[in-house]
Amino acid sequence: MTGTFSYLVFFLAQASIFAIVCLGLNLQWGYTGLFNIGVAGFFLVGAYTFAILCGPEYLMQVGGFELPFLVGLVGALLTSGVVAFVVGIPTLRLREDYLAIVTIGIATTLQLVALNAEWLTGGSQGAASIPRPLPGLFETVLGRNVLMLSLSLGVMVLVYAGLEAMVRSPWGRVLKAIREDETAASSLGKNAFLYRLQSFVIGSSIMGLGGALYASFVGFVSPQDFMPILTFQVWTMLIVGGSGNNKGAVLGALVMWAVWTLSGTIAQQVLPAGLQVKGGAAQVILIGLVLMTTLVFRPRGLIGEEAAVSSAAVVESGSRDSGQTA
Amino acid sequence: MIQYFADGIIAGATIALGAIGLTLTYNILRFANFAHGEFLTFGAYFALLFAGFFASAQTIGPLTFGWGFLVAVAAALVLTALLALVLDRLLFRPLRRSDVIVTLVIASFGASLMLRNVVVFLWGSRPEYYSRNIAVSSEILPGVRMSADELFVVALTAALMLALHLFLTRTSLGRSMRAVSDDPSLARVAGIDVQAVIRWTWIIGAGLAAVAGILFGLTVQISSEMGFNLILPMFAAAILGGIGSIYGAVLGGLIIGLAQEMSVPLIGAAYKPAVAFLLMFAILLVYPKGILGDRT
Repeated sequence: MTGTFSYLVFFLAQASIFAIVCLGLNLQWGYTGLFNIGVAGFFLVGAYTFAILCGPEYLMQVGGFELPFLVGLVGALLTSGVVAFVVGIPTLRLREDYLAIVTIGIATTLQLVALNAEWLTGGSQGAASIPRPLPGLFETVLGRNVLMLSLSLGVMVLVYAGLEAMVRSPWGRVLKAIREDETAASSLGKNAFLYRLQSFVIGSSIMGLGGALYASFVGFVSPQDFMPILTFQVWTMLIVGGSGNNKGAVLGALVMWAVWTLSGTIAQQVLPAGLQVKGGAAQVILIGLVLMTTLVFRPRGLIGEEAAVSSAAVVESGSRDSGQTA
Repeated sequence: MIQYFADGIIAGATIALGAIGLTLTYNILRFANFAHGEFLTFGAYFALLFAGFFASAQTIGPLTFGWGFLVAVAAALVLTALLALVLDRLLFRPLRRSDVIVTLVIASFGASLMLRNVVVFLWGSRPEYYSRNIAVSSEILPGVRMSADELFVVALTAALMLALHLFLTRTSLGRSMRAVSDDPSLARVAGIDVQAVIRWTWIIGAGLAAVAGILFGLTVQISSEMGFNLILPMFAAAILGGIGSIYGAVLGGLIIGLAQEMSVPLIGAAYKPAVAFLLMFAILLVYPKGILGDRT
């Protein structure tokens, strides 16, 4: 029983970190229509920033500042935001595909830096012994995991509440207006580029925040943790949960992380050791199939976007289900 | 330095062949197809499969392969084109109807990861080679060493590009393709069968990608990650040359290939993809139309 409970705590802590990242992506894609497939890159920046700011002295030359936990989180927010700002300037004025290409490029480049810039990141060895918050508070692993879970859940709730307030504000309505019809929004005097840039930077900062929590939770980061598969997982979470809906982003993270871990456990138990690589491949194929079928048959996801209409308007029921994507 | 230049031409040839298909699909289907890299991977593995069937001990002159390999290339080309058509039928065509471009892009990103893992599933994750024969390099120009295989890569690429040029300018199908890429609705009104053009776009793009993958496998190695590792240089080539422009893709491919190889003595081989990325980033910043592009 304790085993199940402690596993559940472990699972939920991971899922809530994914939910945070997924919420960041939802602001970009769900509300603004920005196509960021460099999620792993911003996550990486947050994780390494945290490791450098809060970690002990490593073999690498930079780092070992052992700063407090909160400083690490703020640092991760800032660095990933700065990267997003630089990436966003040339691309957010162009057609949406360019952002996709450039974000996958920046994610690849950042991963190369993580792998090769040993003075900064520790190279392929990665950085270990990244501290948890309040290290002396609990004696047991379970206790420490419960603390981490409550912390990441707390951050998730804060991010959720913050985003809900933002997307329901006039600012959020402008984002949606630009997403739906940029020309119309511009003709009303809204600078589409500036709004997109704000949304992109805030969303990427949230991803960096998730990266920092991940680094602290796992205690170890290495370049292999930030492969494109991570981006793919977060996207699948958002699409399955329902983009354009923050509840959907959280739900999708929970559901898809459960699918991922369950399928991984099954593959591990069913397959002989020699076929484990194929098991991993089959797992990705399964997730891919979930994404494709959702895109083709249920583009709104589990819970899609709420219709944004004034309360007096009458909405034809079911009209949004007929193959329309948000 | 001149040796790096020669290496750059060879790398550039592969990138250019791949980028042509990318720019064609972008222009005619109007989305960035991230699964294009996997056409290279599948092309290379299909050829590996057939090279096993048609293995001949006799090699052609100084090359590391025999005539059977050329049959394998042709078979791989056909199978890769079929794969592209199946992918289009099952995934992209239903999504095209929904008229949301970006959904196509995320679908292609997902398809890319899936196909990559299908390769791991079918062929395993160890790198493979077409031949155990060693390609002997000889000095073809003062200070430049190239193997016969590498010269074959350059010659085949040049021949395919010439063929593509003649196809696009001299045949009615080629002219229809250019018409659809310029203005799809006008082309439809003029009686062009847009569905047929889309089919041929996939066939040509995937076929060239298969050849690019095989040539990469011939000069470097075959691996499940090869197509994904080349997608960034290919996009960079297409954007640098001006997305939608076939000649731009060729030019961009050569520039990216040269830049990547010439940067090796300066910053090492580890950052090659980053060089492609930086060039792409710079061109988007100052001249997003690209060198030969006519639209943003």
